[in-house]
Amino acid sequence: MKDIFISADTIISPLGFTSEANVTEIAKERSGITLHNDISNSPCYASIINDKKLNEAFNTLGNPDIYTKLEKIMILSLHNTISQAAFSISDKTALIIATTKGNVDALNNNFKPERAYLPVLGKKIKDFFGFKTEPIIISNACVSGILAIAVAKRFIQNEYYDNAFVVGGDIVSKFTLSGFQSFQAISDKPCKPFSNQRTGISIGEAAASVAISNKNTEKEAIQIIGDGSCNDANHISGPSRTGEGLYLSILSALIEAKLEPENIDYISAHGTATAFNDEMEAIAFNRAKLEHVPLNSLKGYYGHTLGASGLLETIIGMYSIKNNTLYSSLGFDELGVSMPLNIIQNTTKTKVNTFLKTASGFGGCNTAVLLKKIML
Amino acid sequence: MKKNLNIIAYCRIKNHSISVNGKEVITKDSQLTFPEFAKLVYKEKDIAYPKFFKMDNLSKLGFLASEFLFENAELNQTTKENIGIVLSNKSASLDTDRKYQETINDKDNYFPSPAVFVYTLANIMIGEISIRHQIKGENVFFVSDKFNETLLEQYASSLIQNEKSSHVLCGWVDVDNDKYDAFMYLVAEEESENYSKEIIKKIYKEN
Repeated sequence: MKDIFISADTIISPLGFTSEANVTEIAKERSGITLHNDISNSPCYASIINDKKLNEAFNTLGNPDIYTKLEKIMILSLHNTISQAAFSISDKTALIIATTKGNVDALNNNFKPERAYLPVLGKKIKDFFGFKTEPIIISNACVSGILAIAVAKRFIQNEYYDNAFVVGGDIVSKFTLSGFQSFQAISDKPCKPFSNQRTGISIGEAAASVAISNKNTEKEAIQIIGDGSCNDANHISGPSRTGEGLYLSILSALIEAKLEPENIDYISAHGTATAFNDEMEAIAFNRAKLEHVPLNSLKGYYGHTLGASGLLETIIGMYSIKNNTLYSSLGFDELGVSMPLNIIQNTTKTKVNTFLKTASGFGGCNTAVLLKKIML
Repeated sequence: MKKNLNIIAYCRIKNHSISVNGKEVITKDSQLTFPEFAKLVYKEKDIAYPKFFKMDNLSKLGFLASEFLFENAELNQTTKENIGIVLSNKSASLDTDRKYQETINDKDNYFPSPAVFVYTLANIMIGEISIRHQIKGENVFFVSDKFNETLLEQYASSLIQNEKSSHVLCGWVDVDNDKYDAFMYLVAEEESENYSKEIIKKIYKEN
């Protein structure tokens, strides 16, 4: 199987419109989560991109009025990634789009309801950049963003494509917010992953994109070395009490990468800060003998950005490798799960060569991807 | 080494009828709505699985197609546990999204329900099938403008070639207002190759 590399990345979030700007803010422990009075029936914490700043940034690319917010953040992110990438769009370049809810807000805003169909979103992005292949759209709940990296890797390894641009995005809408509220899953404070004080998620919005290729020209590069995406087969909305699907996903990725748990330097967990999710992850990481590996959840910085989260958090992990820095798990104080975990409490300089990214979502889905630094 | 793949069973549900491997097994009155049709099929098949009635129309459709498919394929539980599931459609969960949206449109008539919200994700159907058959394999849900045999063929092949799955349940399951269409098939490694995007498309068109 061919080696697959991940490079050129862009995060669009309240913390900034480039990955570098985002990492700088994270290093200062700044969060995008603030109190908002206008997104729900009562004030609510969320991580939301400022519309005025977004439209100013988008103005150089197109008319901000004719694109939805999600389209704007995805296009802005991809535009920067495409311009950085070592390859250009060819008929062997895939466009992979990951989103949980897409333009669902078009069911009840000024855009036509047809805009809510995901293939319409796909066509907007395809046409904007002139992609030559049909977009591959993944809508697999909250693992969509990280699963998109696994899908790109598999398609390129099997030589259906030479390379891919992958973009993930979701916005904060009344639709998703009210749904999580109906589950009583929204925290009344900024979310606190893995803490004994945690009371639920904060919701967030972001777009993230990367370039993935079977070629590498950089002196130092990041290789995707293993992945797995297994189902709990247990419950459609509740996380498995044994962490089954997540454990199997991690195992599948480790076997493919031919790695042992002690070879992993860092885990970028899902850590939504709901009682059941974080507990499930602790169980799965312990079953996989990963409880000693430094771990964080980045939800304290971004909230839960749904289909973007796995991709966004992978990019931050890539900067952990580049900068040899483990970033603190914001919102954490005292461990609030029944099994041991090594939560990163302070941002620290240390060698980071190999990391594991995981995510889990409704429908019992889980994904694990392993990434590794290589030197030419 | 490249493995030879084959389609070992397929099922189609559309226009009030169900066919398995090209043979019609059930056909009902064309005046029935999809939920009415689904309920009749459930009763006729004597499926004892009360969770079925909690499902949205998309999950019901996918669930029924998988019931007919697995009944025909006769796989043992160890094989079943490792099956990859690769489903796709055009409308994702929009059929249920619209119903959920109605519950939050009006501040004076605001009644969002977690039981409806959870089905506003198309991959819940994969979860339902996984729970029913205890399948813990690879999952993905793709969305495309129309039935995309190339995407399904390539991804199922990738899962088998990369040794992530020995069998892959593939398909197209779409529900959009009154329209519904399901086509599901099982791909596995076999001695002789009889699997290509052309074969998939031919079966889809002829059934």
